[in-house]
Amino acid sequence: MSEASPAKAYALHLGVIALLFALSFVLPAYHHGLLARIMVLAVFAMGYNMLFGYVGLLSLGHAMFFSAGLYGAGLTVYHFGWSVPAAFAAGLACGALLALAIGLLALRTSGVAFMIVTMMFAQVFYLVILYFAAWTGGDQGLVVPQPARILVLGSASLDLTNPTVRYMSALALFSIVLLVTLAIVRSRYGRVLVAIRENEGRTKMLGYDTFSNKLAAVVVSGAICAASGAAYALLFGYVGSSFASVQYSILPLLWVLLGGIATTLGPLIGTLFMYYVVDVTSGYTSAYLLIVGIALILLVLFFPKGILGTIRQRWLGWLP
Amino acid sequence: MMPLLTTKGLSRNFGGLRAVDGVDFALMPGEIRAVIGPNGAGKTTFVSLVSGRIQPSSGMIVFDGADITSLPAYARVRLGVAYTFQITSVFANLTAYDNVALPVQRTLTDGRSKGAVHAGVMAALERTGLADRAHMQAGHLSYGHQRLLEVAMGLALKPRLLILDEPTQGLADSEIDNFIGLVREIANSATVLLIEHNMPVVMQLADRITVFNAGRILAEGTPEQIRANAEVQDAYLGATHG
Ligand SMILES: Nc1ncnc2c1ncn2[C@@H]1O[C@H](COP(=O)(O)OP(=O)(O)O)[C@@H](O)[C@H]1O
Ligand SMILES: [Mg+2]
Repeated sequence: MSEASPAKAYALHLGVIALLFALSFVLPAYHHGLLARIMVLAVFAMGYNMLFGYVGLLSLGHAMFFSAGLYGAGLTVYHFGWSVPAAFAAGLACGALLALAIGLLALRTSGVAFMIVTMMFAQVFYLVILYFAAWTGGDQGLVVPQPARILVLGSASLDLTNPTVRYMSALALFSIVLLVTLAIVRSRYGRVLVAIRENEGRTKMLGYDTFSNKLAAVVVSGAICAASGAAYALLFGYVGSSFASVQYSILPLLWVLLGGIATTLGPLIGTLFMYYVVDVTSGYTSAYLLIVGIALILLVLFFPKGILGTIRQRWLGWLP
Repeated sequence: MMPLLTTKGLSRNFGGLRAVDGVDFALMPGEIRAVIGPNGAGKTTFVSLVSGRIQPSSGMIVFDGADITSLPAYARVRLGVAYTFQITSVFANLTAYDNVALPVQRTLTDGRSKGAVHAGVMAALERTGLADRAHMQAGHLSYGHQRLLEVAMGLALKPRLLILDEPTQGLADSEIDNFIGLVREIANSATVLLIEHNMPVVMQLADRITVFNAGRILAEGTPEQIRANAEVQDAYLGATHG
């Protein structure tokens, strides 16, 4: 896993980032906007993959971490007029703290029980958002006004509602998280996470406190998902309870499965693929969800390891 | 000299069955101790209690003068108690290299060894003759090599006490000869507790032998004493190996 081809792996990842950068100058406006959104949501998928792909813990509640970031950033900007960096930090901190608390409780279980417990917590989180509608806007959500979405850096100011600024901000976040993820999975810690996924009992007998390692992974995963949510609030200006619904816990699971579980680039590919399948099919028929469902079933049947997982298995064994 | 490992009244029940029944045991540093006994005698359960893989129903375990009875398994490993599984349990989907890297990086983190992960991994693979298979997936290794990989992982933990649970099971005769050499070498730097069915291996390696039967220690002594012991003859040596 981690000894082979470090140069190749880093070159590939930097190449993907360079490609996304170049695309900003050639894409038509519609796809430009869509890709910015996809990059932010791919960060959500990367956070999910950290736990699901590398540690083997299937959560059905990650919408709560995304929403913790979304509301953590959105509400502080909206109600308290916090600056963009402070609001982003608030979102990140909310996600990390929530993940720590949920991890301490949910990691007492595993397997199906873990799925159910995380789903229940996420449902509670969703209901809390609806309950405090006076603050959160309930199921209507809140629109963060344009003047609040200006990033002031010294004397310069960047308007996050400007398409190019928004695209580049999304790319910056995506790049940082991609490289951090790559570094983690290639590190000693990443090796321990994979060992836990493969055989937790054996990992304990090699001197590892597997509970602490899993808890750290939940926090890292939650923080990455929260970063995605916080960026979403600040870049797209909408904070809504639908992002906390169970649908947004299932989506990252699908994106990761499609792109390739436990691959660093799979989350991007899965998110991209799903968005464009929906986009293309909804142009032809109102029954597009049926087509999406069929596409998903075919993928799972013929590419059970996802797009990138299959490529890794058949051709490029060195892919991280 | 103080024993490295002592157990007092160590017991473990599974439902109504007393798999380990009030065992008082002591192991001196530097010893190679063989544990023999018929199938179901409680040998695996006994060493699992020592390693912390399962919890005792009653009794006490002292390692290097400290009571470790309530320590979790991972903490015992960090003190130097390493356990290799009777049923091969290497990480089948990881390379041999990564299997050994896990224990190596653990000892580096704990400050019990120094240097690079790579050097530590290759040293352990070389000692077990697996260096040229470092990048093979562990699940694709032959059974004998998986047993050796299991030993390499134990070695890489830099143990003070290495527990080997039937390490020669399923090995070919030629592999067993190499294995005997390997255990002798390991014994230069660690105390070895060896559960073994193969009597020639036991007789060649053991300084002392402990015989288990029905969860209790039936006899203990040098290989000569055990060979001459009539009770042992009845309980075990005369019977067919299970
Ligand atoms: N996890 C368990 N649950 C129930 N019974 C067990 C368990 N492990 C071992 N036993 C029983 O305890 C007894 C001792 O088993 P074991 O320690 O594996 O013996 P040995 O290693 O000497 O062959 C056996 O009767 C076995 O069936
Ligand atoms: Mg046994």
